[in-house]
Amino acid sequence: MARRTRDDLVERPGHELDTQPQESEVLQPKIGFLGLLRWMWRQLTSMRTALFLLLLLAIGAIPGSIWPQRNIDAGRVSDYLSQHTVVGPWLDRLGFFDVYSSPWFAAIYLLLFVSLVGCIIPRSRLHWKAMRAQPPKAPRRLERLSAHQERVVVGEPEQVVAAARAVLRRKRYRLRPADPVDPASADTVAAESGYLRETGNLVFHIALVVVIIAVALGHLLGWRGDVIVPEGQTFSNTVSSYDTIDPGPWVNPESLKPFSVRVQKLDVSFEDQAGGAQFGQPRGFTAHTLTRDEPGAPVKEQKLEVNGPLSLGGASVFLLGNGYAPVITVRDAKGRVVYSQATPFLPQDNNYRSVGAVKVPGGDPEQLGFFGFFLPTLEFDKEQGPISSFPDLDNPALVLGVYKGDLYPGGRPQSVYTLDTDEMTQVKGADGQPLRLLIKPGQTIKLPDGLGSITLDKVVRFAGISIRHDPGKMLALWGSLIALAGLIASLTIRRRRVFVRVRPAEPETAGAGPDGSAPPGPRTLVSIGGLAKGEDPRLADALDHVLDAIAERTGSTS
Amino acid sequence: MTNETLATYSNYGLYSAIVVFTLVMLMFAIDLAKAASWTAKVRTEDHERALVGAQVSGAAAQQEPETSESPETAETTTEVSRPRQFAGMGMSLSWLGTLLLIVTLALRGLSVDRPPLGNMYEFALVGTTFAMLVFLGLSLRRDVRWLGLFVTGPVLLTLGLALTVFYTQASQLLPSLHSFWLVIHVTVATLSVGLFTVAFSVTILQLIKSHREQHPPAKPTFVEAMPSAASLDRTAYGLHVIAFPLWTFTLIAGAIWAEQAWGHYWNWDPKEVWTFVIWIVYAAYLHARATTGWSDRKASFLALAGYACILVNYMVVNVYFVGQHSYSGM
Ligand code: HEM
Repeated sequence: MARRTRDDLVERPGHELDTQPQESEVLQPKIGFLGLLRWMWRQLTSMRTALFLLLLLAIGAIPGSIWPQRNIDAGRVSDYLSQHTVVGPWLDRLGFFDVYSSPWFAAIYLLLFVSLVGCIIPRSRLHWKAMRAQPPKAPRRLERLSAHQERVVVGEPEQVVAAARAVLRRKRYRLRPADPVDPASADTVAAESGYLRETGNLVFHIALVVVIIAVALGHLLGWRGDVIVPEGQTFSNTVSSYDTIDPGPWVNPESLKPFSVRVQKLDVSFEDQAGGAQFGQPRGFTAHTLTRDEPGAPVKEQKLEVNGPLSLGGASVFLLGNGYAPVITVRDAKGRVVYSQATPFLPQDNNYRSVGAVKVPGGDPEQLGFFGFFLPTLEFDKEQGPISSFPDLDNPALVLGVYKGDLYPGGRPQSVYTLDTDEMTQVKGADGQPLRLLIKPGQTIKLPDGLGSITLDKVVRFAGISIRHDPGKMLALWGSLIALAGLIASLTIRRRRVFVRVRPAEPETAGAGPDGSAPPGPRTLVSIGGLAKGEDPRLADALDHVLDAIAERTGSTS
Repeated sequence: MTNETLATYSNYGLYSAIVVFTLVMLMFAIDLAKAASWTAKVRTEDHERALVGAQVSGAAAQQEPETSESPETAETTTEVSRPRQFAGMGMSLSWLGTLLLIVTLALRGLSVDRPPLGNMYEFALVGTTFAMLVFLGLSLRRDVRWLGLFVTGPVLLTLGLALTVFYTQASQLLPSLHSFWLVIHVTVATLSVGLFTVAFSVTILQLIKSHREQHPPAKPTFVEAMPSAASLDRTAYGLHVIAFPLWTFTLIAGAIWAEQAWGHYWNWDPKEVWTFVIWIVYAAYLHARATTGWSDRKASFLALAGYACILVNYMVVNVYFVGQHSYSGM
């Protein structure tokens, strides 16, 4: 029943408001290969296929929210694989850990993209024609349209027609010019409005194409890198300074702009009032930085905050993480410094129990490695041993095990935060148990076997910084805002056709003005019919308003 | 930093709102129950009149099937004459309950000196407030007393869950939430969820009603007193058409915010995935309505699927999926 308006359109082939290409269900089997291609193209660009692909895209996106994704958190993927040895490899083969770069997901969105383009082109052509065409002639029987009303107004028929034309023009309808050849058409007005509905719809779909292109540009030409910068240190933007960098396929890694960022100080605060799960939650992070656009350029003092990135050399600098970097000094037996630097430890939980490693390749007589935890607020738990009970530096301590031997067996690449102990032996204490050091700031602990000593000088914070360059970003933003505008136009503007026909009123209805006391004079019966594309609950109201305006213009009402 | 007195008063506000909405539900339920017996009575009277008419002239009897075929006219006659003091009380109490919810939110916000949009408990309160405001807004334009039970029902359920399951102590925000995008993004998101919720209730009623219109039951129930399926369909579509661009805006605003907070406008974070899925499903709903070969009834099921995704996004993704949007406060 809600479809009434559209069914009306279908009944009257000359009156289609749809610029949507007709979907012909008839296929001609004899056309051969080209015909088959044409048929496939038409299927692909049909509304039904678009709908099907949309639903497929929705369903296809879901697994990526259920299973961990490599590009987001590779660690969780390997955890999952080691825990699910049966289903894991199968899910992996099906691409469930790389959903958004898997071939099947790409197939869905590429088909949708093609369907979208294939849909936009013919619709734009049809709409272009419709925009320049005249509104069609009025149908013979206006009362058969989906909305129809009649009213008697004061005035000669010609005056009323003129009034109707004026009213409709004021309401921004396009009028069909009066036909000079056909005098019978002089009593009729045909008008149409709301072309912007289809324009909005096309703008929306075209803007979606723009957004998709922008995303692709960002993927191909963009890059992102992550780096950890302790307080007091400077990062300069070259490929080798990054801890990890992920350039797009079309990026030349040598072309990065040589800006630099020095982290002076990192201000961090944590919830220490509210109880429950909120206790210890982070409340504020701010990095005070000194930046340079290139070496030798003037230094700028800038604040880098969680929602406040810096903009440098066409890239954006974000503060995404933070943690502690204990400043550790290792001396050999003769008191010579063999290692001294701020060593970032990676936070593992909300209370910043952090893991890390100290690698001393210059250790004398042997290479030395330390591995363990940094705990900002040390506490001893009966079961778990030393833990951290609050994320801030209330009772900081390092808890380390000590290894000696070959730090880099076979020259294999390894993480800075763990030790590869394959070729190392654990140093034992006087009791024969593996040695475990507990070091507080300012303390120095002497190592056994003439290995020297280790000092925790102080603890600084580090900023986890992520730097991104995405050349498609602004295009994507503009595309999506224009899409939104087009969408609103296409959902709120009504495409309507209005037809008015007048004839001299019959004597017995002539006296019945709307308020019963119309001024004397000739009377005309106005018949108005309307037709809309899609849902249009206000069509009848709109006709009413047109009639009111005509009546007012002809002086039928006060 | 947290003003405990205000936070406590905020909780009292919620308790009172729950009490009021329980009453509202009761009022609307009584009204609908009366509607059922009223329709039955009117029908028998009509029937008797038709029988009497049939004895006078055959033409009168022929009119009878005509009236039952156009339910809108039948419904207006019953609606006009039926006394509806319970629905009236339901409406007045709905205004009261909504006001209480607004006070609850305002106190909550004041107690922590930030917009109350930081965790699931607060999202639930804001979402229900918007759902009620949508309902009350509709009621200013037309008679939607038949809808009251089906809006306050879900609202009460959500408030109950908010109080028992999602409750989070008033406190400050995570640093990544310190942004005016929080207010823009989350407010518009909850507003569109409010609209989608009311649209969902209307869609369910529409599906029931259209089933009933095709297979008229022997004994009329309150469903028979509701607007026609076509009219319900128009209402549901109208609500979806407002909600969809708002959801589109939510998506865009979320992307802008993600760009500022995490450095990339789209990360395929579970929350983003589901926001996208919801958007696509409702886009499919709008498409389906324009696709030949898809009836409006079939399209309505897509709208229901869209709402199911909204529920998943709120209940499952917030709590169980690991992502950057870990704000549930649970
Ligand atoms: C990227 C995927 C797409 C999305 C998100 C999308 C979204 C939408 C939305 C939200 C509408 C509603 C506007 C309205 O009801 O007036 C719409 C309408 C429409 N779409 Fe799409 N669309 C997509 C792809 C396509 C494709 C591939 C086609 C062509 C086969 C298409 C053809 C149409 C048509 C003809 C309408 C107008 C319906 C009407 O006027 O009632 N769309 N689209």
